[in-house]
Amino acid sequence: MSGAQETGPFDTRDRDWQPPGFAPEYKSTALRSPKHALLRFPTTLSEETSPVFGHGMLGELDNDLIVNFAAEGEMAIGPRLVVHGRVLDEMGRPVPGALLEFWQANAGGRYRHKKESYLAPLDPNFGGCGRTITGEDGAYEFRTIQPGPYPWPNGPNDWRPAHIHFSVFGHGFAQRLITQMYFEGDPLIPLCPIVGVLKSAAAVDAMTATLDKARTLPMDSLAYKFDIVLRGRRQTYFENRSEGL
Amino acid sequence: MADTANVLKESPSQTAGPYVHIGCTPNFSGIAMFGGDLGAAMKTGPVKGEEITFCGTVYDGAGDALTDAMVEIWQADAAGLFASANEVRGAADAHFTGWGRSAGDMETGEFRFETVKPGAVALPDGRVQAPHITLWIVARGINIGLQTRAYFEDESGMNDLDPLLSQIADRGRVPTLMARSEAPGVYRFDVHIQGPNETIFFDI
Ligand SMILES: [Fe+3]
Repeated sequence: MSGAQETGPFDTRDRDWQPPGFAPEYKSTALRSPKHALLRFPTTLSEETSPVFGHGMLGELDNDLIVNFAAEGEMAIGPRLVVHGRVLDEMGRPVPGALLEFWQANAGGRYRHKKESYLAPLDPNFGGCGRTITGEDGAYEFRTIQPGPYPWPNGPNDWRPAHIHFSVFGHGFAQRLITQMYFEGDPLIPLCPIVGVLKSAAAVDAMTATLDKARTLPMDSLAYKFDIVLRGRRQTYFENRSEGL
Repeated sequence: MADTANVLKESPSQTAGPYVHIGCTPNFSGIAMFGGDLGAAMKTGPVKGEEITFCGTVYDGAGDALTDAMVEIWQADAAGLFASANEVRGAADAHFTGWGRSAGDMETGEFRFETVKPGAVALPDGRVQAPHITLWIVARGINIGLQTRAYFEDESGMNDLDPLLSQIADRGRVPTLMARSEAPGVYRFDVHIQGPNETIFFDI
């Protein structure tokens, strides 16, 4: 249990900061973006509440993609990584008990999926998914391998920078978010039409993990730091809870 | 209306991509993991109220069904209470999670939830929301999750008083938010991302 009991309306989403539904450079958006303007309403209980995901639902290896699909005694192939960070709200407060689910291609840029046709080989010891729940300080961490870049059908020669997909579940359905984490210094980032749906350099920076030398494991794993920010409540009330924040 | 107390920007949304099911419904993708997919069962025991099937298909602007989407729903129980840590109005049905996640049928894309018909939701300010199910839809080509709501066509009395429905200026589009009974206990809610019947999507 997260123990979180805060209630109250969420602040409006900044739609100028978030990507538009239709982005011509990302061709699949053409038929998959509403033509009408979104109807804006203040949040209600339907958006201010959310299901609870307890730490008890997690298995020991859920946050270790190096071994969570591997045969006994085997490991996934690729540069070993620790990915860590904190989930915060827009006021900078930690979000404890947030469910993070992540998925990625293997070191060759290949996903374990029947519709995936890239010629890079599958790694028999890599499933490509994991999950974790943030602690009281909003922190999370998982182990994985460096995903490879891959080509995709959009323009004649488009490549995805190396990335990890994140699905994030906070304390209100209004906070529901899917994003992608990129790796600092990747030359494919500015060339990618999916990254490019975001027009501000600050937004791209916010999706780019930085090498965290202090958290590397010597002779074992590099570390990257990636913080995630969820919508914050305009006013926050605490119910049935003795201490404030 | 961004609050001046905000010190950080919300993380930018990115498309869930074509392989969202690997991460969110791995077992559906053929990756045996985690002892089952989250959100696959909304009922964990005998539930109160009317048990229903809630199903539909998401269509793109060409009228084709999305077969790579993920649909999540969130709703109150039969008494109008949410199974949430921040539900302060009372204890929700202990055997009902209120939350479901569907990868859709692999061939047709149809999503399907075995759930209960939600009750009306009494808001703390005294207003009452008509029974409704909140949907969040992600897929390849969707840059930021689509939010909409399914109300029930057979609850017209409640719908007329609903604080959100009653404020929609374009009345001709309100029917796009109605789930229709297509058989006893089965409600269909098709979603049209574009086209003449484009569903109303919200920024809530
Ligand atoms: Fe990807």
